[in-house]
Amino acid sequence: MSLFDYFRAKPKPSANLAKERLQVVIAHQRAQRGGPDYLPMLKQDLLAVIRKYVEISEDDVQVQFDHQGDCDVLELNVVLPER
Amino acid sequence: MARIIVVTSGKGGVGKTTTSASLAAGLARRGHKTAVIDFDVGLRNLDLIMGCERRVVYDFVNVINAEATLNQALIRDKHVTDLYVLPASQTREKEALTQDGVERVLDELAAMDFDYVVCDSPAGIEHGARMALYFADEAVIVTNPEVSSVRDSDRILGILQSRSRRAERGDEPIREHLLITRYNPTRVAEGQMLGLEDIIELLAIPSIGVIPECASVLEASNAGRPVIIEEQSTAGQAYADAVARLLGEERPLRFIDVHKPGFFKRLFGGTP
Repeated sequence: MSLFDYFRAKPKPSANLAKERLQVVIAHQRAQRGGPDYLPMLKQDLLAVIRKYVEISEDDVQVQFDHQGDCDVLELNVVLPER
Repeated sequence: MARIIVVTSGKGGVGKTTTSASLAAGLARRGHKTAVIDFDVGLRNLDLIMGCERRVVYDFVNVINAEATLNQALIRDKHVTDLYVLPASQTREKEALTQDGVERVLDELAAMDFDYVVCDSPAGIEHGARMALYFADEAVIVTNPEVSSVRDSDRILGILQSRSRRAERGDEPIREHLLITRYNPTRVAEGQMLGLEDIIELLAIPSIGVIPECASVLEASNAGRPVIIEEQSTAGQAYADAVARLLGEERPLRFIDVHKPGFFKRLFGGTP
């Protein structure tokens, strides 16, 4: 670093942006973790079926896989558009 | 009973082989008989990093296929006593690593009184990587302070927690250790690079060390020496600390703070 570098504009900090983006993507990855491999395909099939009747976006279908005691629970949430 | 440690990351090029070589050499230097196995079938590189590429005769797949004995295939390290290298095959398909075959080799190493077996995983999450982690007791997840590496480390954590033998059997889970490599404290201080606290928080696993970005890593690899035996280098010392922590010792983190250059150095420049 020299005198000229000292006055040069510092690049904008970007580490925070990296962290925020990773928080979102990792949370998403973990939501899928532990569930059966077919969940993403199941979600796509469900989307296709629902879209036969009403147009919804990918985010409007939430497929969650949970364990409750001895049972595996598949939780399905579909948000329909406002009429 | 040999303790099996997988060095893994998901992403390629983050320092798995460098780390495998140094951890294995460090464990052997601490008096533990150690074998390090290259699981990267088709892209063997551990032999180069360990400096034994010209002594490879038989390899991991030869042993699995009973074309050679384990004793014939193991290469005794020139730099460190009690350290042995089992190279990967350069020509076979990855599927040559069968689960039964890998298990037999690991059992045989245990019977030969090895204390530690370090498994150098290939990049990715496919067959070779799964075989490298399947039998692990501990996992060292090598991560660079960079978005794709952190994301891939989280993916590999998911696989460790669901697809390992310990997970399938419902045994005590694999002990996970985060190892951050190519860390640049100056860039972290400037807000240009993810800090170690951020990475630990994102991945939610304890850290076993931080290896600073260091010219000695490349120089040691040029010479075919695990960087941990370069005792003057910061990376070598950071790896020695990581080995001590792996053995359960407490060591304060080093080389993670910025040394501010003095006024004159800032004014007139100079190498940082």
